[in-house]
Amino acid sequence: MLLIDCPWCGPRDDEEFHYGGEAHVLRPRDAGALSDEAFADYLFMQQNPKGPHLERWSHSHGCRRWFNMLRNTATNEILEIYPMGEKPKTEAGQAAYAENWRRESPAEKNALSGGEA
Amino acid sequence: MNAPVNSGGNSGMRGLRGGKQRYSILSLARNALSHHENWQRAWRSPEPKPAYDVVIVGAGGHGLATAYYLASRHGIRNIAVIDKGWLGGGNTGRNTTIIRSNYLWDESAAIYEHSMKLWEGLSQELNFNTMFSQRGVLTLAHSEHERREMTRRVEAIRLNGIDSDVLNPAQIKQIVPIIDTDPRLRYPVMGGFIQRRGGTARHDAVAWGYARAADDMGVDIIQNCAVTGFLIDNGVVKGVETEKGAIRAGKVACVVAGHAGVVADMAGFRLPITSRPLQALVSEPIKPILDVVIMSNAVHMYVSQSDKGEMVLGAGADSYNGYTQRGSLTVPEGMLAAAVELFPVFSRLQMLRSWGGIVDTCPDASPVISKTPVSNLYFNCGWGTGGFKATPGSGHVFADLIARDAPNKIAVPFTLDRFSGGYLIDEHGAAGVAH
Repeated sequence: MLLIDCPWCGPRDDEEFHYGGEAHVLRPRDAGALSDEAFADYLFMQQNPKGPHLERWSHSHGCRRWFNMLRNTATNEILEIYPMGEKPKTEAGQAAYAENWRRESPAEKNALSGGEA
Repeated sequence: MNAPVNSGGNSGMRGLRGGKQRYSILSLARNALSHHENWQRAWRSPEPKPAYDVVIVGAGGHGLATAYYLASRHGIRNIAVIDKGWLGGGNTGRNTTIIRSNYLWDESAAIYEHSMKLWEGLSQELNFNTMFSQRGVLTLAHSEHERREMTRRVEAIRLNGIDSDVLNPAQIKQIVPIIDTDPRLRYPVMGGFIQRRGGTARHDAVAWGYARAADDMGVDIIQNCAVTGFLIDNGVVKGVETEKGAIRAGKVACVVAGHAGVVADMAGFRLPITSRPLQALVSEPIKPILDVVIMSNAVHMYVSQSDKGEMVLGAGADSYNGYTQRGSLTVPEGMLAAAVELFPVFSRLQMLRSWGGIVDTCPDASPVISKTPVSNLYFNCGWGTGGFKATPGSGHVFADLIARDAPNKIAVPFTLDRFSGGYLIDEHGAAGVAH
């Protein structure tokens, strides 16, 4: 069980929240240009680390706003909470962001080909 | 369903053929005379050799079954099974031991029914009482939609030659007198279906039986020895790095359930798997009141009574990724509320223990039994919330894949390619959380 510090409502029980999976997954702009393997990577290969994980949450039974969170999946320690559309600011968060294979993936390059999403 | 794959080898090749003493009523009587102090050890605890033909990573039920079938069906005996903890200490020892083969799709029906047929002869084959009990698995429907969907699923199951019968609430009440079938319940029992060949087995006995029989044929089971990396040369696996040094191997097979993604990462490739804690609980032991397994997908509850008398209750998985082997309290709370509504007699039961296992779920709720981007490295994972029932079948087809370097008819739909090819086997309906 987690005690999540909603940026707008303060600390609340995780029952009030909805988990939104891996954060910073960009939808390809031109999916038809991707190979089947590259699209399967985008769609199915979620990050599943034992350690710091960047993920999205929504305070679905509260203010209903989305935010990003860095959580250690081995200990459930919440390391950072930051707004949607921004990148993590802690060292652990920046490392988790940079080390994600998606940064070099055809799907993300495709998504960014029309500028920062 | 595909024609059954030959379960391989002649019957004389199976079971204990090494020097192990057989368990029997006579050996029990003989050992009683010496106060049970002279029983032979069930397996050795050897130091690893420098090299093996096959190294299996993960000494759970699936890994030990793989070693047993490699040795008994394929004659490959120079095998090590390595585990970071003790054998059977992961999900094999953390599940609710339900066995059934009532799946919707042909591909799933084939593998789970293959497993069921192996279960039916397993205690005799291993000379180890797995306490396999075909007491029946009864799945409840709580809405009109669910009842109709269940009827469709029963027809699909029967077309695959697997037993299943639709039941109405009166028939359910007859089988399970303690269930509340009052139509005014929030989630009333509107019907259900039963697989009478389904049931339970003793989870530890399955791991121990396979371990003893594999050890008997010369398989080295190396416990408390974590794998820390792979020896990979030009895209071909050559062995594993472990806490006890490097072990070279012709082939390496990984069956590590919740940690499949972590181990794949060591080998440099990705798996479509997320790991989450799934929880279960047992109550204090009481007199026999339930002689069938009850499952409800809609209210996320499943229950059976162990031979010791404990009620074994399974809850759902956390919604978010995690490796904590605990899980959130809200999950068992919700399950217990549903259990007490269906079985009012449970309201005064005290729960003795609860625990979590890390389940490896695939996007289509079906397993991966596959070659990998690294040659001679094989993965068997993604069984999610329902791997226990598949233990014999999974080990059997995985051994076949390792021995022949090609998947057989039963395993071929479960390769990793299905995610880029689009041939998903969507079993969320039949797998759900309830196993």
